[in-house]
Amino acid sequence: MLLSISGVRKVFGASVVLEDLDLGVEEHQVVALIGASGSGKSTLLRCVNLLTEVDDGVIRLDGEDITDPRVNADRVRQKIGMVFQSYNLFPHMTVLDNITLAPTRVHRRTSKEAREQAREWLSRVGLSDKTDSYPDGLSGGQQQRVAIVRALVNSPRLLLLDEVTSALDPELVGEVLTMIRDLKTDGMTMVLATHEMGFARQVADKVAFLDGGRVLEEGPPERVLGDPTEARTRQFLARIIEAGRL
Amino acid sequence: MTPSALQQGRIAYRRRRAVRSVLLAALSTAVTGTLLVVAVTGSPGWDRVKDAFFNLELGADAVPAILDGLWLNIRLLVVCAVAALALGLVVAVLRTLRGPVFFPARALATTYTYTFRGVPLIIVIYLFAFGIPGLRLQGTPGVLVLGGAALVVTYGAYLAEVFRAGIESVHPSQLAAARSLGLTYRQTMRHVVLPQAVRRVAPPLLNDTVALQKDVGLVSLAGPIDAVRAAQISTAETFNYTPYIVAAVLFVLLALPLIAVTDGVTMRAARRQNAGT
Repeated sequence: MLLSISGVRKVFGASVVLEDLDLGVEEHQVVALIGASGSGKSTLLRCVNLLTEVDDGVIRLDGEDITDPRVNADRVRQKIGMVFQSYNLFPHMTVLDNITLAPTRVHRRTSKEAREQAREWLSRVGLSDKTDSYPDGLSGGQQQRVAIVRALVNSPRLLLLDEVTSALDPELVGEVLTMIRDLKTDGMTMVLATHEMGFARQVADKVAFLDGGRVLEEGPPERVLGDPTEARTRQFLARIIEAGRL
Repeated sequence: MTPSALQQGRIAYRRRRAVRSVLLAALSTAVTGTLLVVAVTGSPGWDRVKDAFFNLELGADAVPAILDGLWLNIRLLVVCAVAALALGLVVAVLRTLRGPVFFPARALATTYTYTFRGVPLIIVIYLFAFGIPGLRLQGTPGVLVLGGAALVVTYGAYLAEVFRAGIESVHPSQLAAARSLGLTYRQTMRHVVLPQAVRRVAPPLLNDTVALQKDVGLVSLAGPIDAVRAAQISTAETFNYTPYIVAAVLFVLLALPLIAVTDGVTMRAARRQNAGT
């Protein structure tokens, strides 16, 4: 198992965000986290990436306990890619510099090598003409694709995607989802928090429904989304259908 | 394509409005200017003031000495501005460091900014220029260098706070993105936070540099003759204040390029910030 989360708890002040949460992710598996806003999807991803400290429980990556405080967080993060809802590109750098920053500074690759690799990726996702643009000259969908490339050039073992299409206009969602679908074909292991139920059904090997800080129900997408056993899951899906999102 | 009659009507209306605005502005400026001139030149003491402050002959005589002093101002300004900017940046970064090892650095940096923003510059100059030589240490530099150091230390404290405001204005999501790429704290500061912070606070930094330009003259309290001091000496010789006016005009001329740059940078920053919205 590539990633195993067991008994994780996270508290912010008086509110318990994650409570005794368990979840496993196999290599090459795509796991979709679904659940209402505030159900802890983003917090869970931030805990895996060590951007947030857990208050209890263990997270293992490749068998190593990464929640051990003695672990070097920078080294762990080098193995994990993360893409954010609001892209978080560096506004003072060109697209190319955004992508080559970590390869040259963290992974000590030569600038020439990093640039070549970045150009290759950009042409693969159809953004060759944006190489020297600044992020604010790009559409949301283009920015998000650059953000995904920025994570991928570091060859992460695991890619975390935090509601990567939530800030996009509906007509731009498709281009980002297509890219994620291609990554699945390449065998990338991914955990994605999403509100796109249709997409989760298509691309995920496993869907986990988060409620009250726990994984209330998990399984193949057809079962969890098509025939949920838990009343809370049915309620949640009914609201999604009502809103016309499934 | 020619605009429709409707649009032509609108264009004509807007043109009439524009002409009217220009005429009104010209009229109002003329009236204000006339009133000012009448009020000043018509005042009972104008003739005496004119002779004491605007004596062209005495003013011209004082120019060489004042220019000599001004050259000192310019050299001091360049050196002190660069040094104060560097000191401010270092102190601001020290204040953001976390971890117990850095507690002394943090405490020192905080104490420094609190102290030197509070102490009047004149007192710092006296302490540095007269206090340090009093220690009779080997290799104590001259009063000019000590006075310059006093300026650097005082302005460094202000600039450190400007830099710190810039650092804190960078959104936490930028740090999250940098750290999740595996960058260390130091690399994140160097490549992601500081470049954005410095760009954002460039206008206030330049503004403080304009203020420094006027304050470098205070080293004359310790002896060196700057432009204002030179003007004061001329004034004492002739009992005429014109040299002060000469010095003031020269200072304004000196400040103009820096102020123009500041305005330019501010405008560019505003435009860039609004570009996305």
